[in-house]
Amino acid sequence: MAGPYRIQGETGEWEVVLGLEVHAQVTSHAKLFSGSSTTFGAEPNTQVSLVDAAMPGMLPVINRECVEQAVRTGLALRAKINLRSVFDRKNYFYADLPQGYQISQYKDPIVGEGEIVLDLPGGETKTVGIERLHLEQDAGKSLHDQHPTKSYIDLNRSGVALMEIVSKPDLRSPEEAAFYVKKLRSILRYIGTCDGNMQEGSMRADINVSVRKPGDPLGTRCEIKNMNSVRFIQQAIEYEARRQIEIIEGGGSIDQETRLFDSSRGETRSMRSKEDAHDYRYFPDPDLLPLELDPSRVAALQAGLPELPDAKKARFMAGFSLSSYDAAILVEERATADWYEVLARGRDAKLAANWMITELFGALNKPGINLADSPVSADALGGLIDLIADGTISGRQAKDVFAEMFETGKDAAAIVEEKGLKQVSDSGAIEALIDEVLADNPDKLAEYKAGKDKLFGFFVGQTMKKSQGKANPGMVNEMLKAKLSG
Amino acid sequence: MASLLDFSLVDARAALAAREISSVELTRAYIDQMAATAGRNAYITATPDKALAMAEASDTRLAKGEGGAMEGLPIAIKDLFCTEGVLTTAGSHILGGFIPPYESTVSSNLWASGAVMLGKTNLDEFAMGSANVTSYYGPVENPWRSTDAPDKKRVPGGSSGGSAAAVAGRAALAATGTDTGGSIRQPASFCGIVGMKPTYGRCSRWGIVAFASSLDQAGPMTRTVSDAALMLGAMAGHDPKDSTSAAEPMADLSAALGQDVKGMRIGVPAEYRMDGMPREIDALWSQGIQWLRDAGAEIVDISLPHTKYALPTYYIIAPAEASSNLARYDGVRYGLRVDGDSLAEMYANTRGEGFGPEVQRRIMIGTYVLSAGYYDAYYLKAQKVRALIRRDFDLAFETVDAILTPTAPSDAFAIGENEDDPIKMYLNDVFTVPASLAGLPGVSVPVGLSARGLPLGLQVLGRMFDEGSVVRAGRALELAAGFDVSAAAREG
Repeated sequence: MAGPYRIQGETGEWEVVLGLEVHAQVTSHAKLFSGSSTTFGAEPNTQVSLVDAAMPGMLPVINRECVEQAVRTGLALRAKINLRSVFDRKNYFYADLPQGYQISQYKDPIVGEGEIVLDLPGGETKTVGIERLHLEQDAGKSLHDQHPTKSYIDLNRSGVALMEIVSKPDLRSPEEAAFYVKKLRSILRYIGTCDGNMQEGSMRADINVSVRKPGDPLGTRCEIKNMNSVRFIQQAIEYEARRQIEIIEGGGSIDQETRLFDSSRGETRSMRSKEDAHDYRYFPDPDLLPLELDPSRVAALQAGLPELPDAKKARFMAGFSLSSYDAAILVEERATADWYEVLARGRDAKLAANWMITELFGALNKPGINLADSPVSADALGGLIDLIADGTISGRQAKDVFAEMFETGKDAAAIVEEKGLKQVSDSGAIEALIDEVLADNPDKLAEYKAGKDKLFGFFVGQTMKKSQGKANPGMVNEMLKAKLSG
Repeated sequence: MASLLDFSLVDARAALAAREISSVELTRAYIDQMAATAGRNAYITATPDKALAMAEASDTRLAKGEGGAMEGLPIAIKDLFCTEGVLTTAGSHILGGFIPPYESTVSSNLWASGAVMLGKTNLDEFAMGSANVTSYYGPVENPWRSTDAPDKKRVPGGSSGGSAAAVAGRAALAATGTDTGGSIRQPASFCGIVGMKPTYGRCSRWGIVAFASSLDQAGPMTRTVSDAALMLGAMAGHDPKDSTSAAEPMADLSAALGQDVKGMRIGVPAEYRMDGMPREIDALWSQGIQWLRDAGAEIVDISLPHTKYALPTYYIIAPAEASSNLARYDGVRYGLRVDGDSLAEMYANTRGEGFGPEVQRRIMIGTYVLSAGYYDAYYLKAQKVRALIRRDFDLAFETVDAILTPTAPSDAFAIGENEDDPIKMYLNDVFTVPASLAGLPGVSVPVGLSARGLPLGLQVLGRMFDEGSVVRAGRALELAAGFDVSAAAREG
């Protein structure tokens, strides 16, 4: 990566300091404290239990599955698992918060400090600290567009389990923030504790932004709430950092406040100031006992974790001789890594990685197709690579074949057969072609012999052209060299 | 033959099982008495049709020699328990028209054991009060009158005042109560009946409108200690729907009832002898000590040094929890809604009209003590003191098996008295609150009358989950005192 990210202000360079609070919806069958389903997209108010609706006398009962998902996430973040944690009530009034409080964890979260390693462009990595992870309930949803004067409430989401994952203020650029969110999402998807779907709201981020002159103490931060796209996160940070720099350079100071990002205008605007901040009156929820975890259960969850992106990346680099950059791309999604491993098995792993990253991803990205829906399977692409490896076709030919495969879904061998694309590796036939080329260009040959080495490429090109691209380029090279030096 | 209304729970059960009486007969007698005493306002909702239908079903089961522990016995339910299809108010305007589509675990257990539901009894609003005068549905009248001012209506105590008055006045054979700081034991003392608060966690809180979650506990209100033991057995049990429900199995209370107190060590805490306590209460307490000593118990002087902090501690913790528990009454989903021009205004209108002054006072106290900047000084400090109070009891129970104290610092006062000063009202709970904070089981047993002829109770406290010792000592007091629980009904 180039030098550190700096913003040029009127008074010099500024550094951006960022910390993220990511709310990740726990993948679970039931809500955090009730048995209601958590399926996305159901008809409003069809997934609401008496507990979720805060009927009088209803009591929360912790869902073991959600607790275990939080522990697994903590383990995947190499974090400290707190064997004793406490659920607190965060009190505030809102129409879509039926209890009048959210059950959350305040002083004693289930997961303590951990870390995430970011894969930056150029193969560099950066370790970002995790401050904590805690479990909490989601609120319902207010629908303001259903009636001219009334708001409607959908409680389907009320009580769904969220993990709030808080980073340390270790991030220094919009790009790093984006990599952080992507890496976190990747880990959550690997272990299946959150689907990471930002559009459906299963993952949302609050970003704490402050600026300072490099080396200075931390500045006053503003929090940008509820970001649901990586692109908007970057835009919001860029805007917010510049806004703060302008205020400070103009002689003002930053008010600690909560801001919202308006994606249509690309601006952040104040939501509430520190003075208006809620007093949440946190206190331990007397309906719930402290949550005690059995160390042997934690050990079992640890043992049950799949291979995580960092370990997989290291294995790909060591076992397949991939670059850090290529390996990082291939391990971002577990399904991608699995696809690659099928492709690379018994083949030139480096060649396989190049084909997958350059040709396949290039082809998939244009129409926006997911790897899972790729018209070319790992085995089919493998077949193509095999044809390159055994000299049946050249790399150049293979690109045309691949385009055809992607278009038609046919396998490589069939296309090669159909189009008569087989590479000519018959030394007699190639020699005849070379002789013809040399015979056709006596003047060039003379120039070459007189020392104009650059003409070697001309003879290769002419020979390939004569073979209609089918001649084995390696053989052409070798044989030409022998002939010309003779 | 005595009137049907004179049967205790235990005796009525025997008569039903022997087919000497039918549940329908018994239930009808109670329905008639409910109507005759309706002026006392003990019930918010009477359910005579439901009662008769349940009684008929009980008779059918009894005829087949079947039936549960409470089969055919007509009881009342404090209107803090949610009852499926029956209006549930918590004594508050804010739950106006609320008909739960679910049944509380405790009432469900009672119906499963065959009990017959007479109706829902009056209470202080959200169980906040010690005289049953804060109910939106009006005050309840104690069936007892004093000899010095017989025309003055007296409070039944609270918050389970309707239940206490109904049981004392023969308008229910027994009733459920809930006790947060004394709401079963104090009205039992005022009305001359037995009121038992079991160990916190014994009875599920699921379906009981919450006041202060770490303190609320359901229990029986009956005419005898044996009745309380029988009914508690039907109410209690582990409930996976309540995370604070105890898995600890309950000892066989009928066995405990059959045991005398020989060899039991009974503690008498010095700190309960308070300044300004009426002499007659002190005297009755001494009498109780003597009775137990005479019955073979060993009396041990003990100290519970943090007792004086119990009341202030309680009046921080209970309102703090209440302020949060009552946030759900916001006019959005059920109960009262008073519209406004904005969401905030709708909240203010609904809660302003829906909650009475005492509930509003406690919500404000609770909100204050949980606020940033005050939390440590109030709520956190109170939790620490609560731990000290619990430790006082733990240490005491190393040397004694049960503790004997007065239940309340006075007899039943007149409706309208003590209403000018909330602190005066709160002092009613001075003897009951410590055990609530510690989660201990306790029973109030009627043992005598004050000089002006009003009932007074003594309280027995036991170790966590040791209801056995509580009923054992309670039964001994009952036997020695020979209190006439029918007196009020006969005169009334």
